[in-house]
Amino acid sequence: MTSESLLRTQLTRRAFFGRSATGLGTAALASLLGPSLLQGAGSLTAPGGGGLLPGLHFAPKAKRVIYLFQSGGPSHIDMFDYKPSLKSHHGEELPASIRMGQRLTGMTSGQKSFPCVAPMFSWKQHGKSGAWLSELLPHLGGVVDDVCFVKTMWTEAINHDPACTFIQTGSQQAGRPALGSWLSYGIGSENAQLPAYVVMISQGSGNKTDQPLSSRYWGSGFLPGQHQGVRFRSQGDPVLYLSDPPGVSRDARRSMLDTVGALNQLSADAVGDPEIDARIAQYEMAFRMQASVPELTDLSTEPAHVRAAYGLKDTATDGGFARNCLLARRMIERGVRFVQLMHRGWDQHGDLPNQIRGQARDIDQPSAALVNDLKQRGLLEDTLVIWGGEFGRTVYSQGQLSKDNHGRDHHGRCFTVWMAGGGVKPGYTHGETDDFCYNIVRDPVHIHDFNATLLHLLGLDHTQLTYKFQGRHFRLTDVHGDVVKAILA
Amino acid sequence: MITCWIRGLRRALGTFAISGLGVCLSAAPAPDFNRDIRPILSDTCFACHGPDDGKRKAGLRLDLPENALKGGKSGHPAITPGKMEASELVRRILSTDPESVMPPPDSGRKITPAQIELLQRWVADGGRYAQHWAFVPPARPTPPTVQQSPWVRSPLDQFVLARLEQGGLHPRPEADRATLLRRASLDLTGLPPSVEELDAFLADRRPDAYEQVVERLFRSPHHGERLALDWLDTARYADTHGYHIDSARDMSLWRDGVIAAFNANQRFDAFTLEQLAGDLLPNATPEQRIASGFNRNHMINYEGGAIPEEYHAAYLHDRVNTTATAWLGLTLACAQCHDHKYDPITQRDYYRFYAFFNSIDESGLDGRYGNAKPLIKRPEPANSAELARREAEVKELEAQLEGPELGAVQVRWERDLAASEPTSWLAPSRWEVAGVRGTEFDRLDDGSYWARTPAPEQETYRVRLTAEPGHRITAVRLEVLPDDRLPSHGPGRFENGNIGLSEVRGERTDTQEVLRWRTATADFSQDGYGISQAIDGRADTVWAILPQAGKAHEAVFELATPLGDGGESAPPLQLDLVFESGFPRHQPGRIRVTTTDAAHPGLKSPLPPQLLASARRPVGERTREQAAELRDYFRKEVSPEARKLRSQIDVARRRRDEYERDLPSAMVMGEMAAPRDTFVLTRGDYDKKGEKVLPGTPAFLPPLPAGEPVNRLTLARWLVSPANPLTARVVVNRYWQMFFGVGLVKTSENFGSQADWPSHPELLDWLATEFVRSGWDVRALQRWIVTSATYRQSSSAPRAGVMEDPENRLLSRGPRFRLQAEAVRDLALQVSGLLRPRIGGGSVFPYQPPGLWEELMSRGDNDAFTAQKYVQDHDEKLYRRSMYTFWKRTSAPANLTTFDAPDRQVCTVRRPRTNTPLQALALLNDPTYVEAARRLAGRMLAADTDDRRRIAYAFRLATARLPTAAETELLLRLHQDQVARFRKDENGARRLLSVGESALGPVTDPVDLAAWTMVASAILNLDETITKG
Repeated sequence: MTSESLLRTQLTRRAFFGRSATGLGTAALASLLGPSLLQGAGSLTAPGGGGLLPGLHFAPKAKRVIYLFQSGGPSHIDMFDYKPSLKSHHGEELPASIRMGQRLTGMTSGQKSFPCVAPMFSWKQHGKSGAWLSELLPHLGGVVDDVCFVKTMWTEAINHDPACTFIQTGSQQAGRPALGSWLSYGIGSENAQLPAYVVMISQGSGNKTDQPLSSRYWGSGFLPGQHQGVRFRSQGDPVLYLSDPPGVSRDARRSMLDTVGALNQLSADAVGDPEIDARIAQYEMAFRMQASVPELTDLSTEPAHVRAAYGLKDTATDGGFARNCLLARRMIERGVRFVQLMHRGWDQHGDLPNQIRGQARDIDQPSAALVNDLKQRGLLEDTLVIWGGEFGRTVYSQGQLSKDNHGRDHHGRCFTVWMAGGGVKPGYTHGETDDFCYNIVRDPVHIHDFNATLLHLLGLDHTQLTYKFQGRHFRLTDVHGDVVKAILA
Repeated sequence: MITCWIRGLRRALGTFAISGLGVCLSAAPAPDFNRDIRPILSDTCFACHGPDDGKRKAGLRLDLPENALKGGKSGHPAITPGKMEASELVRRILSTDPESVMPPPDSGRKITPAQIELLQRWVADGGRYAQHWAFVPPARPTPPTVQQSPWVRSPLDQFVLARLEQGGLHPRPEADRATLLRRASLDLTGLPPSVEELDAFLADRRPDAYEQVVERLFRSPHHGERLALDWLDTARYADTHGYHIDSARDMSLWRDGVIAAFNANQRFDAFTLEQLAGDLLPNATPEQRIASGFNRNHMINYEGGAIPEEYHAAYLHDRVNTTATAWLGLTLACAQCHDHKYDPITQRDYYRFYAFFNSIDESGLDGRYGNAKPLIKRPEPANSAELARREAEVKELEAQLEGPELGAVQVRWERDLAASEPTSWLAPSRWEVAGVRGTEFDRLDDGSYWARTPAPEQETYRVRLTAEPGHRITAVRLEVLPDDRLPSHGPGRFENGNIGLSEVRGERTDTQEVLRWRTATADFSQDGYGISQAIDGRADTVWAILPQAGKAHEAVFELATPLGDGGESAPPLQLDLVFESGFPRHQPGRIRVTTTDAAHPGLKSPLPPQLLASARRPVGERTREQAAELRDYFRKEVSPEARKLRSQIDVARRRRDEYERDLPSAMVMGEMAAPRDTFVLTRGDYDKKGEKVLPGTPAFLPPLPAGEPVNRLTLARWLVSPANPLTARVVVNRYWQMFFGVGLVKTSENFGSQADWPSHPELLDWLATEFVRSGWDVRALQRWIVTSATYRQSSSAPRAGVMEDPENRLLSRGPRFRLQAEAVRDLALQVSGLLRPRIGGGSVFPYQPPGLWEELMSRGDNDAFTAQKYVQDHDEKLYRRSMYTFWKRTSAPANLTTFDAPDRQVCTVRRPRTNTPLQALALLNDPTYVEAARRLAGRMLAADTDDRRRIAYAFRLATARLPTAAETELLLRLHQDQVARFRKDENGARRLLSVGESALGPVTDPVDLAAWTMVASAILNLDETITKG
């Protein structure tokens, strides 16, 4: 017979996991668990973030992820995918043999002419690995030997909403959990006072009327709500409703919470519902978060040289990408499992040469600094950094091509993402596109393959990380996805 | 023996994994196929050996007995009744060979030893199949006999008690009356009882006091709100379109209709007909048409580059998914790309169901400007009068335009025209053009200018020109010229080649005197975008030229007073060609400006040739069409009087249209005259059309009624026909879930093969059959539930009792779970006296942390769309019930989603219930709750002078019961503690009291009020307060 205490713990845990949770079942740690309750469960928590969490399918190479998502569709042609021969096709019509009748968005499908545009930037090789980058990314050039470029990502989606939904949730239509939610559900938190899955938003200087974001991109879909991404904001409270009301001191709050806790305990004793125990624990965690979050977001404690390395000027007012990169490092140091940056401004339908300069400048130094910083701290080894958007851009000009100006439309047939650390091959480039950066000629990596690989690096078999909903065992990768072995270190 | 049975039962319910199960199995009753075996086969085997023809392995089906007995390609029977050794299924699940063991190791499926044993026993027992229980129409079961019959209040209780007695469990005693009233009030109205309602009920000694109170709650207008709330989740109701820009829509008329339907206790079958096909009912009323908007609540896209067909298909998939989930509890969506893996639903069935919804007169991309067609306007009587007045104004002006005075002028014009000579246009001696927002131009050989730099969204071309010496100017001509470098060959720079000339403004460069125009004419104008709009003084109205893109066009602007009269040369001019209407990049890529000194300047060809011919023909010889054409042209492009009238008509029409547009409307269903064809979409892709199909329902369900038109209305009738095995079960199960937190079938969204086995199958069928017998009476169904002994049980139990029935699936105690998101907030508003209980109406914008929307939305062009910036309401709109909070899909209300409200992007029939620190933070710090605490503190102070009684008052408001002595002491101590703190920081007290927009009123002692505010906040934060117990 099971002892009462153990059963009680079980019941409490059930309450936490959401009563409908199956999949990894009780081995799955929820993201915002009160650790005090889980300690009773023994083996479920991993001390100090080390060791193997029960429920993982194999030993993880990466324990946490920083995903620098670039919303709008960064032009792989102008930054990563160097094709010297494109110069000779500049201004020429895109050959039908390349376009192959593939569908275009409603924004250029009516165009009579599709003139190829060679990048209007100079290119250089970097590092021992000799990776080519355009002049737009000088800082990234300094870390290419730690970076793995995937030049052959592809997606079926050709517009922002479905493409972002696809790359974030594995489906073009709404309703599925985001990648981070799957990880929160599958692996859970390393931390007692912070969420497992954090989202931060910033706007670049490129396209100021860039596409909107949707909370769906970090939503938990059919997974219980505690797995949704928690937005850390640069204005107001970093976490919603974190601050005590004006006039309420920490001591006053503590005293009030003691009363609430004591009253809830009386209720637990009288009613017998383990949900009340859970509630008590959540209030305690909320109180701890009120201290740990401001400590986390206070960048003034970072040494000046670190702030300078990220290009962060004013910690009080800069809500942008550099600040979020530095915050991301602080978060993973504190055990946040998955930090998702959503950086807007990459949608260069027109005026690309001007817009992309500013847009690339915004991200170049902070992204490179993040890789360096993690490496120096010994964190890059088991932290996976990902940089990429929802699709790339067309080699042909959207609208008129002039001597020094043009635009590019959305392009899903191939685009570049890069990764660093966390078990991916450093100084390596995967896959190859044709001379027009239009089609893949070698080693395609579909979004599902990419997500399968990501889960693999985190110690999860993408076919085994499932959640039963509407009678179906749903997966992040639907019924697709192959781990891309070639990019594993 | 009984213990063993109960353990088996728990396992079947999926609540416990019991070790040592095997010991009992041999003594347990034979496995029941539907309860014990189908769930294993379905979850473990059907993906490869089930209904999906496309994915079947080894030719073996285990969902059909004849196939299982025969076996697959191997020829070995999967099942040989009674003979385990001759059953391939048994051999494979027992195999240790990774090559032959089932399920295969790489399938991701697992089978437990207990399941293996069950399958073996089933085969040994004869391997008998039964049709999936939910697909067999329910037969009314006889309520079982029970031992503790005095406990029973209704047949419903017999089913529950019988199950408890089987397990040796006892029901809990009836909850105390206060708890019971609170439970019923929260369940039936979503609000806690007031102190007066509590007192009245506690004092009511009638034996049927509780039944009376239930009837009172049914009559409350809040009852309709409460039932509507769950239906809003099902209907994926929201106030925005959901995709991309996510701008606003307004379906509040539909929401009001749903509330009214529940308040009137509309029978569920009638409700179904109206929700799905109200528009098709004979002589459909506006209310019935509005109800049909149920299936317009899905997301609608408006993304610049999106492909309309793709999204039209997405809406249809959504309607299929929503309708099948809400009424049938079927995961029809699983057959969108291939045959269903678990249920007998083919992909063809899916698209036949889809065809019912494929004949709506709608657009694929229409989510930009409010409600998308088809829609219905809903004027109130007062509005109708105003609308009629505005309409009359339009009619009056239109009559003037057709009147005799203008006719006389037209005759003179025709005479002049007959004699007129073509105008000669002169190039200025010098002219140049530059964009005020930076557009730069190159001069071309033909005297035109080419816009060289990228087109800004809006622009004004500033032209400076000097006429040849000695020339006077009577008119200026603007030519917009095509060019192969322009999209659609121009002349515009926008993708479709169109232009949008807002205004032409001119001034003399020497005196800055503004030029006035007498007429404007153009060789061609887009319908509704006439050239007169270029001189009407409004930037938002334009001259445009679609569909005649790719051609040259010209417009002539005649001066009211010629320049350079009396032999002087005309002075230099500055002309602003304004393209600032909001239509982006509607600027010409190539222009030329010329002038004339002709006395009656006209276009290059003053009229299209056929018009000129008509004009030269005597009046009597013109055809009716020719006469009409001439009349229209004269009034549109020639006569200044007519132009003035026309501009007045435009204004009047706009006033009328804007008024009409702002009248409340609702999106509704509406059939096209000729329905679209429906095809099976290969792999579910909108652009891969396969076989053409006609509307129909899956074959395993009863047929559609013969002789009826195969349309949505007939589909709706079919859904609520008593022969349908699913609808009544699915509906009663959802109501059960509303009261008990978990349905009798836990997977309330799925009654198919993968569904959870019902905790009380006979009870489910009894409720379903009684529900149909009652005439689908929703209120009667609720009455059976809330007056049952089962529902009235106390929800508290000793821990041991909780252990026996951890999820309360056996109903061994009363329901206890956290309130749903909306009720958590509504309770705080009600208890604090802030709630404004008005029913229905448009959505409201209560407190929300600033910037939540703005961070996600576009920035530069925010003003072109609605619902991009959160503008918080004030006064009573801050305190409406939460179901009226404006629901933006891409950023759903933060303090509701924190408490598990769905994002309303897709149909949701079961909300998860989580318990997180973010919920604690919201209840502690959200201004909504801080203000509620302050107001509750005010009520405490007003209610009594004794601190203990004050505490009792607030505690009772929040929980319906009086606090115990210990609880009172704790709260009293908190008050003293907070007083001491705020005494040291009186300013802090004042700051706390400043939260919230409701008036603070005179405060005698801010420290005391602040301390009570903290006490009130503690009470609002209690688990018991936010829980239905």
